[in-house]
Amino acid sequence: MRNGFFWIAAAVVGTAVLVLTRVFFTNEYFFFAAYVVLQYVVLSTAWNILGGYTGYTNFGTGAFFALGAYSSVVLHKMPTLLHGSFDLTIPQIPLPIMIVVGGIVSGTVGLGTGYLTLRLRGVFFAIATLALAIVVQTLIVNWDYVGGSRGIYIIRPALAPLGGGYIQYLYTLMMVLAVISVGIARTIERSRLGLGFAAIRDDELAAEAGGVPTLRLKLIATTLSGALMGMAGAPLPYYVTYLDPTSSFNLAYAVNSVAMPVIGGMTSWIGPVIGAILLGTIQQLATVTISSALNLLIVGLLLIGFVIIAPNGIVGLVQARRRARGARMQTQPQAARAA
Amino acid sequence: MAVSLDLLVNAIVAGILLGGFYAAVTVGVTISFGMLDIANIAQPAFILLGSYAAYIVNSYLGLDPILIGIVMLPVFYLLGMAVYRLYYYSFESRGEQAIQGLAFFFGLLFVGEVSLVLIFGVDYRFVEAPYIGPSLHLGLVDLPLRMLVPCVTSLLMIALLQLYLSRSFIGRAILAVSQDGVALQLMAASPMRIKQIAFGISTATCALAGTFLIIIQPVEPSIGRDYIGRIFAICVLGGMTSFPGMVTAAMLIGIVESITATFYGPSWAPAVAFGFLLLTLAVRPAGLLGR
Repeated sequence: MRNGFFWIAAAVVGTAVLVLTRVFFTNEYFFFAAYVVLQYVVLSTAWNILGGYTGYTNFGTGAFFALGAYSSVVLHKMPTLLHGSFDLTIPQIPLPIMIVVGGIVSGTVGLGTGYLTLRLRGVFFAIATLALAIVVQTLIVNWDYVGGSRGIYIIRPALAPLGGGYIQYLYTLMMVLAVISVGIARTIERSRLGLGFAAIRDDELAAEAGGVPTLRLKLIATTLSGALMGMAGAPLPYYVTYLDPTSSFNLAYAVNSVAMPVIGGMTSWIGPVIGAILLGTIQQLATVTISSALNLLIVGLLLIGFVIIAPNGIVGLVQARRRARGARMQTQPQAARAA
Repeated sequence: MAVSLDLLVNAIVAGILLGGFYAAVTVGVTISFGMLDIANIAQPAFILLGSYAAYIVNSYLGLDPILIGIVMLPVFYLLGMAVYRLYYYSFESRGEQAIQGLAFFFGLLFVGEVSLVLIFGVDYRFVEAPYIGPSLHLGLVDLPLRMLVPCVTSLLMIALLQLYLSRSFIGRAILAVSQDGVALQLMAASPMRIKQIAFGISTATCALAGTFLIIIQPVEPSIGRDYIGRIFAICVLGGMTSFPGMVTAAMLIGIVESITATFYGPSWAPAVAFGFLLLTLAVRPAGLLGR
């Protein structure tokens, strides 16, 4: 499938799902749950650009995600601040702009992380991202303007654009983000950039020797991955309406964004999507029917089970089956001839 | 800022005591990550398991927590051997990419934490022992026994381990496997068996480290996360494989954290340790005392 065609197809599917769900579902809770699933589609796709394509494990998803959320908080309070200190009156900043700003902030931090960890391979990179998450969380905890450790209440605007309630608006925005991030992932996969990423993943030294600009490619991967995570986090304050560091830097975001691509399959754009929809839905159902602690246990057990039994995820399983069938198709005629 | 001398001295002493405890928490990772090249980020989950084991036995039988930790050593040793066996057959023998092994331990960490939440809830748990509470006063310096006892026991444990590694046959084999597994194989020893024993030892240290943790502070399941970065920071700073380097790094981090907490407030302390780690990784990945 050509890239342009894929973008159009993804947009059509996204719009169709949007319109159908907004017409046929009247229950508000559906949109609350679907928003979380879509958010995980964005997060796991973003994680996979760095983790799956380039082979660098990022355990700091929570940091990039929460930075996006907190940049929205700053922008949300901006009009009041400007009015109070400089007597300037500006209108409330619309959410799509906040999403772009969140992406820029987290992308910049991603770029910085890339520079800081250039010499680190594998496990050390993973540990550095884990440490980064704690450093950023400490900074937020000590920053009173955005609520510090007490957290902050965000009041949603009374009117939602595009009709419907505010949650439907958030859901629509997240759907757009999901389509964009999946489109980006798929475009990368089929491009020279994707080949470069794969070369780094398979053997960084050989790639460097073969003329792949590994430094620049790694910086592109960390920046892009961070930016998408920040964009996924930007609407969070309006979704939860109460934001505090403990919940926004929750380890669950990191675990989920690792578990979903691993379970779905890390080598293809569809893997994180399958993983996010599957795990996200299971978690939403488990949270409602059983308990929220148990749904995290399910994620952990699924993650362990999959890395042991099916290290290449669901996509890997399907590919292996298809290959086995292809092999059988080839050997059967020969067997018939022999008989 | 006017820094009063006795405040500074007390902060440094408290940091050294804290560092002794950090060394106990890190020694397992120095063995598993430094020597065996297994990134066991589930270490804090095992440590918490040790804390809760101490809590259960202490609250029902009233035994001394450190004694419980020593009794638990063989149990944790076997647990560690079992985990390594699973890890070996799932990842090492297949030659899988490190990313899956890392995800495995990450999952283990998470499952451990959530299981503890489901069983014990998120309440803080603590143990009772005669040395929790009183402190020694030496001139300007206060030595809380609740910090001093874990620190001394921890240094004793590390000294014994160092002796074991450098003198005993198995200990030398562990050092050998950390340097060159293939060469060990050529000497007709199985690297897998040696690594299994070493990983068992590294997990066994968690039994004691866990009891130290619950002596020093009340424990709840999510507390382990704070230690992931700290443990690896100390391990990397100390140069990965050397015990003396690791103890020095643990003391250093302990002192820096304690001074930060005293003069700038406890909420800044974690950032300092992790900032240290990020800087070390960026500037000198071989560690302060690395080869």
